[in-house]
Amino acid sequence: MVPFAGYDIPLQYAGIIAEHLACRAGAALFDVSHMGQAEVSHPAAFETLVTGDITGLKPGRQRYTLLLNEAGGIIDDLMVANLGDRLHLVLNAGRKQTDLDHLAAHGVDATPRFHRALLALQGPQAREILPEAASLAFMAAGHFEIEAIPCLVTRSGYTGEDGFEIGCEPDHAEALATALLARGAIPAGLGARDSLRLEAGLCLYGNDIDETTNPVAANLTWTIAKRRKMAWDFFGAAAVRAMLDQGAPERLVGIRLEGRAPARAGAVIQSPAGETIGRVTSGLFSPSLNAPIALGYVRAGHAEDHVPLALIVRDRAIPGTVTPLPFLPHRYAR
Amino acid sequence: MPAIFYSKDHEWVAIGDDGLATIGITDHAQHALGDIVFVELPEPGRSVAKGEACAVVESVKAASDVYAPLTGTVTEHNPAIIEDPASINQDAAAAWFFKMRLADATAFTELMDKAAYDEFLGTLS
Repeated sequence: MVPFAGYDIPLQYAGIIAEHLACRAGAALFDVSHMGQAEVSHPAAFETLVTGDITGLKPGRQRYTLLLNEAGGIIDDLMVANLGDRLHLVLNAGRKQTDLDHLAAHGVDATPRFHRALLALQGPQAREILPEAASLAFMAAGHFEIEAIPCLVTRSGYTGEDGFEIGCEPDHAEALATALLARGAIPAGLGARDSLRLEAGLCLYGNDIDETTNPVAANLTWTIAKRRKMAWDFFGAAAVRAMLDQGAPERLVGIRLEGRAPARAGAVIQSPAGETIGRVTSGLFSPSLNAPIALGYVRAGHAEDHVPLALIVRDRAIPGTVTPLPFLPHRYAR
Repeated sequence: MPAIFYSKDHEWVAIGDDGLATIGITDHAQHALGDIVFVELPEPGRSVAKGEACAVVESVKAASDVYAPLTGTVTEHNPAIIEDPASINQDAAAAWFFKMRLADATAFTELMDKAAYDEFLGTLS
């Protein structure tokens, strides 16, 4: 068990590598109840604070979007689903109260549902394990009964695999988890969640993005809906637009390292000539690639694919290469 | 059979008839670290002081130092665990890290024997 955002969360069950590979080959079950769920009843008001097209989000559809501050920094990255009469949000555990305070400060009422449990069932066999929700398309949401438990299910996740995130009342969470494990899912912890999301090139809030990160630098410009990019009418839009016009001074890139030693968050990134040009924000040993991988920010001019870098690990320079993201192709349901 | 002793940093130290100390990490340590994917070992000839970080073990998620349990000079390291770091998880008692000639051949008496180490483990967690 490890402390994370005020919760005690299992780092691993059978072992990070075994759980990681089970998710890539079969199906893994994560308890992600620490994530903050909330509801919003006014999409138009909510939309003024995020980058996505929310009023255009059809009922039963889900979207990844960013909550920005006035300086264009990322307050949180979140999932938003249109449930017809309301929006359902999934917020980062360490940011959920900050997010709701920010919404409230801008006159957007959000109802916390922080007590709700959330299980993530991820992997190529997820659809066989959860036939009840197999009709959902990728990034769709709906209500389903699983073993007579009322659940809000989305076809999404944080691993790069097909899968579901399943919300329910906390009293039902243990029975739901037990049922999904009995159907063949392998329990997986926070360690595998991190290695899976990093291979998928997905940012971790607090590591790869934070309140000082402009979405342009984090390669999250794609989260700005076309209509929002025409109107530039969301909170923080001026700063994002300026960064887009000027170009970001540094960019988040994927990095493959030579050898087997990972470069961890905080490791200095240099040019091959020895000039410091950036820093690692996430780094670990990739179980699927059997090699160390990292995300980090490097100065513009060094951020193109295949650019050689040097990563400083224990005072030694380890050769690395800017690598297209994701490290492993996504295999979402299409 | 060499006499085996243990440090509070969860290393085992086998004292051979040749007077060389062979060092590895305990089963408790490998279990706490999780899947080991990389090790860095001290080069032969390096002098290390007791408590000095002299090897590194990397799991998927974190790096951990291995400390010299006693003062001495490294004579050899084990290339097999560099090639196959997972072997440390499989059999920590067999997967030795390095051998050293002790500066004080009797210094191992500062370490714990098996019974004392097991008792020490019981005081953790």
